[in-house]
Amino acid sequence: MSDNTISDIQAGVGEKRSPRATSFADHPLVQLTLVRFLEFVREPEALFWVFVFPILLAVGLGIAFRNRPADVLRIAAVTPELAQSLRQEKLLEVQQLDPQAAQEALRTGKVALLAVPGSSGGVEYRYDDTNPEGRAARLLADRAIQKAAGRVDPVATTDQLMRETGSRYIDFLIPGLLGMNLMGSAIWSMGFAIVDARRKKLLKRLVASPMPRPYYLLSFLLSRILLLVVEVGALVGFGALLFHVPVRGSLIDLGAVCLLSSLSFSALGLLLASRARTIEAASGLMNLVMMPMWIASGVFFSSQKFPDVMQPVIKALPLTAVIDALRANMLQGANLAQMAPQVAIIAFWLVICFALALKLFRWR
Amino acid sequence: MPEIASKSALRVRDLRKTYKDVVAVDGLTLEVQAGECFGLLGPNGAGKTTTVEICEGLTPPDSGEVEVLGRRWSSDAAELRQRLGIQLQDTQLSEKLTAHETVRLFRSFFRQGAGADEVIARVQLEEKQNSRVGDLSGGQKQRLALACALVGDPDFLFLDEPTTGLDPQARRQLWDLIEEFKRSGRSILLTTHYMDEAERLCDRVAIVDHGKEIALGAPRELIASTCAEQMVEFTAGSVSHALDVPALRRIQGVREVRTENGSVLMQVSELHTAVPALLAELTRQNVPLTELRTHSATLEDVFVTLTGRHLRDE
Repeated sequence: MSDNTISDIQAGVGEKRSPRATSFADHPLVQLTLVRFLEFVREPEALFWVFVFPILLAVGLGIAFRNRPADVLRIAAVTPELAQSLRQEKLLEVQQLDPQAAQEALRTGKVALLAVPGSSGGVEYRYDDTNPEGRAARLLADRAIQKAAGRVDPVATTDQLMRETGSRYIDFLIPGLLGMNLMGSAIWSMGFAIVDARRKKLLKRLVASPMPRPYYLLSFLLSRILLLVVEVGALVGFGALLFHVPVRGSLIDLGAVCLLSSLSFSALGLLLASRARTIEAASGLMNLVMMPMWIASGVFFSSQKFPDVMQPVIKALPLTAVIDALRANMLQGANLAQMAPQVAIIAFWLVICFALALKLFRWR
Repeated sequence: MPEIASKSALRVRDLRKTYKDVVAVDGLTLEVQAGECFGLLGPNGAGKTTTVEICEGLTPPDSGEVEVLGRRWSSDAAELRQRLGIQLQDTQLSEKLTAHETVRLFRSFFRQGAGADEVIARVQLEEKQNSRVGDLSGGQKQRLALACALVGDPDFLFLDEPTTGLDPQARRQLWDLIEEFKRSGRSILLTTHYMDEAERLCDRVAIVDHGKEIALGAPRELIASTCAEQMVEFTAGSVSHALDVPALRRIQGVREVRTENGSVLMQVSELHTAVPALLAELTRQNVPLTELRTHSATLEDVFVTLTGRHLRDE
């Protein structure tokens, strides 16, 4: 697979004994980036976690929280007359059951409401008032019964239906998953690769060679950008094709936000990997940093659900800023200027983490 | 002095390095001549690796001076890196890359040198060049590490325990490659705790212990000056009375007698006179012989004579 294409690239370059390697492919930065890229694609687990897992997650959650076309509520009635009246309401699916079966269906949630003849010719509704479906069924059933009995509404009303993409759960979720993925892949790929190289003394071997040190770190960022295109494309494309998740803002702005976010998280990954000597120490540190953001930054549910006192802290987290910016772009069509506060927070983290990482980084 | 300096490839003067409370290098002074293969021989923890890494510019010394190829790390690091070939102790190269990709990566860091294919051919890894590093044997990995050190066509080669942990055949293969580099007239600093390796490859060796040099010279010279030429080792059967060691020392041509783990080790100058005399003496003392061995003295014997310990003792 990829091996062939890579060796083709390599084979194209002359192996002559020239005093200066001038070929583009033999530039140390190109070689380092190529090697990073090869190491990544030759790790099947990494491919799964970066590309397949977020899509599986989106599929799973998208199915679980899908919006059903105009919810039809299931209810039960115990007499043919009641069932007949209730069937006038199109939003109700009415089953006629004997009293015992009807009670059982209500208890197990197969029906949201049960209509039984009440005392003195009335109707009794049995339902759980803590269940929104039960309350909705109560309103619809009562309207049908009263209409059947001859009630005339004093005000004539008509309905115009608005169903908009961009306000469903999947629309909320895809930018959240994208942000989470940008963070995870940047921090993991940076952190594990560097700590592993340090543990194997490969870092030390590299600095014993004339390799320009900034190139080593730069190669991580370049290979990250290469993968970023695929990563973002896969998730956004998947959301757009399968769930019609909108991208209302400009794609260039979206790309810019993703790039800045990925660089910022890479800098955070570099900082986390700047000293650790073992994979265990590094992964503990990475989880410690990422876990609060998975929970608080609004990947799966709105970060507004946390108490007001926590909001300033949550807003300052890089993942919150990234996800807010992604949602603003994709769902509200915001441009870069409108995302300035989030972009500023992301850039701030980039500068701070990178400066600290350069100060703390150990090559051995 | 300036004359010698111009010829020496590496000069180390009064080097000191302390880690926390351990003195790793304790005032070491060395000089490697141009074209020479110089060995640092010593047990684990003697300070060999620290010394080499200071020379390689990877570890700063607490005090002392290092001059490689007439240059100093403080002022000419970038230039020096281009001219040195370095093999570190137990570096693990990236397992996901092939041998060829690895050499090509290292080649890209150097201004000059042969192409990756040529270097791979030189270390006889052509058949394995498209195998992942993770699939190579220990000896092949070491040859690949050597290829990464040779790829910049270095003037000075640092080899830190290049054959540790390898089987005899793989070791001989590496020795051949190192000798080939030697023949090109460039200099090598090699550390090892194998005396046979030092004797075969090195023009001169410094024996170090506890961060200090305890002997310096050509291997044969060192052996000749420190020990007698031959070693006799025997084990006595169980006897009721103790062996009369002073009597053994009085045998003609015996230089030293030591007892060790129930066997007796003697340095002798002439095997053909000392052995019959020893047998006669043991018969006189009425001591039965269960084992008798002789060998030419080695650098190991030099180390044992100087320190009372073996090189491989921890």
